[in-house]
Amino acid sequence: MTDALWYLGRGTGVMALVLLTISVALGVAARSGEPLGPLPRFAVTAVHRNSGLIASVLLVGHVVTLLLDPYAQLKLIDVLVPFLGTAEPFWLGLGTLGLDLLLAVVVTSLLRMRVGVRGWRAVHWVSYAAWPVSLLHTLGMGTDAATPWLLALSVLCFVAVAAAAVYRLTLRAEVSR
Amino acid sequence: MTTLHIDWTACHGRGLCAELLPELLATDPWGYPIARTGGDVDVPAELHADAVTATKFCPRLALRLRAR
Ligand code: SF4
Repeated sequence: MTDALWYLGRGTGVMALVLLTISVALGVAARSGEPLGPLPRFAVTAVHRNSGLIASVLLVGHVVTLLLDPYAQLKLIDVLVPFLGTAEPFWLGLGTLGLDLLLAVVVTSLLRMRVGVRGWRAVHWVSYAAWPVSLLHTLGMGTDAATPWLLALSVLCFVAVAAAAVYRLTLRAEVSR
Repeated sequence: MTTLHIDWTACHGRGLCAELLPELLATDPWGYPIARTGGDVDVPAELHADAVTATKFCPRLALRLRAR
């Protein structure tokens, strides 16, 4: 049983990173104002939103399973306040920080109609911090840190977001010319 | 019956709304939505759900549905 928690905790964490990466890459690309090839814009937006939401649900699973897991020795305070943990406080703290930032982004997005476009956008910028922080947390924390498969996956995630950024910046340069 | 109002100062002409409501909105050459009927757009009952989706998906929150 405890083994199950341990595997589930790691698996949900990795999947959350993948979905968060998809969401960020699509968000960055969509902001170019140009459609992504033949894809309708609302479809890109829908995948951006849904992958972000699924990532959040997986993240809740990641945190809850590791809270319940005796090996992880995670304390409740470490879930909300970064850099207090006993084991690997830095890498754990990055995860906590990513969680807090993402929480702000998700809550303002769900209440977007009420928050208004200015407030929502201001908070949405935080995603640019939440994603790299989560990537670093994945790379540095715990059992799977620096295993070849996780390293390869992290590189893929990085490439996806970098490609989206390049796509957006080149389009923007063309427009301003 | 509801009408769809477009806030032109907020709209950036991304065209999501016209994709979701092709029955009601066309796009001009710059991607800005034009009401096929001119002015605010009357939304028939069968398109109400799509119109709600469009207001939620507009990246600029430039669309408002108003009950009449
Ligand atoms: S979705 Fe919003 S920003 Fe885009 S064209 Fe329609 S009203 Fe304008």
